[in-house]
Amino acid sequence: MDALPEFDLMRPRTLDELIAARTAHAGSQLLGGGTDLVVNIRRGIVAPPVLIDVNNIAELRTIKADALSLEIGAAVTLTELAAHPNVARHYPVVAQAADHIAGPTQRNMGTVGGNLCLDTRCIYYNQSEWWRTANQHCLKTTGDICHVAPKSRGVCFATFSGDLAPALLVLDAEIDIVGPAGRRVMPLADLYIGHARQDEPVTEANGDGKYFLSLRPGEFVAAVRAKNTPGLHSAYDKIRIRRSIEYPVTGVAVALRREADTLADLRVAFTGTNPRPVRLAGTAELCGGPLDARVFAGLDALVRDQIMAMKTTFTPGHYRRRVAGVLARRLVQRLFDGGDAHSGMLT
Amino acid sequence: MARLLSLTLNGRARTDAVSDNLLLLDYLREVVGLTGTKTGCDGGECGACTVLIDDRPRLSCLTLAGTVADRRVDTIESLATDGRLSAVQLGFHEKLGSQCGYCTPGFIMASAGLLRRNPRPSEDEIREALGSNICRCTGYVKIIEAVQHAAKLCAQGLAP
Repeated sequence: MDALPEFDLMRPRTLDELIAARTAHAGSQLLGGGTDLVVNIRRGIVAPPVLIDVNNIAELRTIKADALSLEIGAAVTLTELAAHPNVARHYPVVAQAADHIAGPTQRNMGTVGGNLCLDTRCIYYNQSEWWRTANQHCLKTTGDICHVAPKSRGVCFATFSGDLAPALLVLDAEIDIVGPAGRRVMPLADLYIGHARQDEPVTEANGDGKYFLSLRPGEFVAAVRAKNTPGLHSAYDKIRIRRSIEYPVTGVAVALRREADTLADLRVAFTGTNPRPVRLAGTAELCGGPLDARVFAGLDALVRDQIMAMKTTFTPGHYRRRVAGVLARRLVQRLFDGGDAHSGMLT
Repeated sequence: MARLLSLTLNGRARTDAVSDNLLLLDYLREVVGLTGTKTGCDGGECGACTVLIDDRPRLSCLTLAGTVADRRVDTIESLATDGRLSAVQLGFHEKLGSQCGYCTPGFIMASAGLLRRNPRPSEDEIREALGSNICRCTGYVKIIEAVQHAAKLCAQGLAP
């Protein structure tokens, strides 16, 4: 038996107990499904002295969804989210994104909070201890350089690959953050700071693949909320080399509103490309006319400017960026045409 | 640290002292001695360690033993009754759904989980439900036929 390193397991029953445990143990990590964290512990990538199991806290396990608004607790499982009838009906992009995560057994375990705060990934990071040692480690762990971009001067390019984030970003979601100082609410977009800008210091608003969340010490995401926008149609799609349990080539969420033959609103967000999920800036300028070649050319230009896929997986970055553009275009066309927008995954 | 773990394992209540960092997989194999559940990739990618927790398939290699307190855990050893195979076991046996056999306990538990909540799955539903399991021998066709056969046996009254 190959034991995991020593740690203490805490199992709070209420949110107050969880806050107290988190405040008392600075190096603790929250344990949701463990589908990423336990793997990383086993590989010696992280070694938290205390794990706090969040699965027994009723306040974190509820979904409230109707035609007006959506609220999802952080400990809701991905299976529960994908199967919730009102989520599928009123917020299809969220249900579809949940259904695209890993495989069915992982979705029975994984949680919403875990997927929103999913650790960034890289072929130089998600490896065994001996593999990383043989490659002089990397910036995201204890090494000195980013093997993906050796001239990055201290910037890590590990990729964010959670599926729920782009889906919720196109709905302008906000999150409840709970910590020692109490509760605060902020836009989900502000949680992700992995801009990976070179020659700029890491701050609360500007991080990279290693510092990719704006959470302060002891803080955690307790819930995510979104409002329904009348007439907004939304969908999520993802391309993987394998249909189940594989990190994405890219995942794309699109929400749009059509008024007669006019594109009235367009929101596009990506995962699996940058050290943060990217809500494409500048899509409002593409609205106001028909869905024509001008819109698609504009969309391609925005993808080219903002999607920065690097060699962090087995598929090359330039390929992932092209796929991102193609997938976004397909979803936009399908939603504009009133298609059911269900998954067109490659198999 | 360590704790007393009380759970219902294969229909029987039991209590064991377990350390906080003990995985459910190691608890089943090393503490209880139920070696039907297999250790495959150790990283949640292959599904060989699949068990049912409250009837839902989960990966025992990524589940801490301490987190299944008061839950119902079923392993491959729970399926046969009085020496008679369950529907899924019979399906895999009769339709040759197993070759080297290493992935088979995981596939059977994932299939049993499917049939417990959906006794008449379509082929697509079977493929989807087995998406977390990897087999390197069969090419999956025989496994899907095995689950379809098991669903027929369930319809005749056999437990999945």
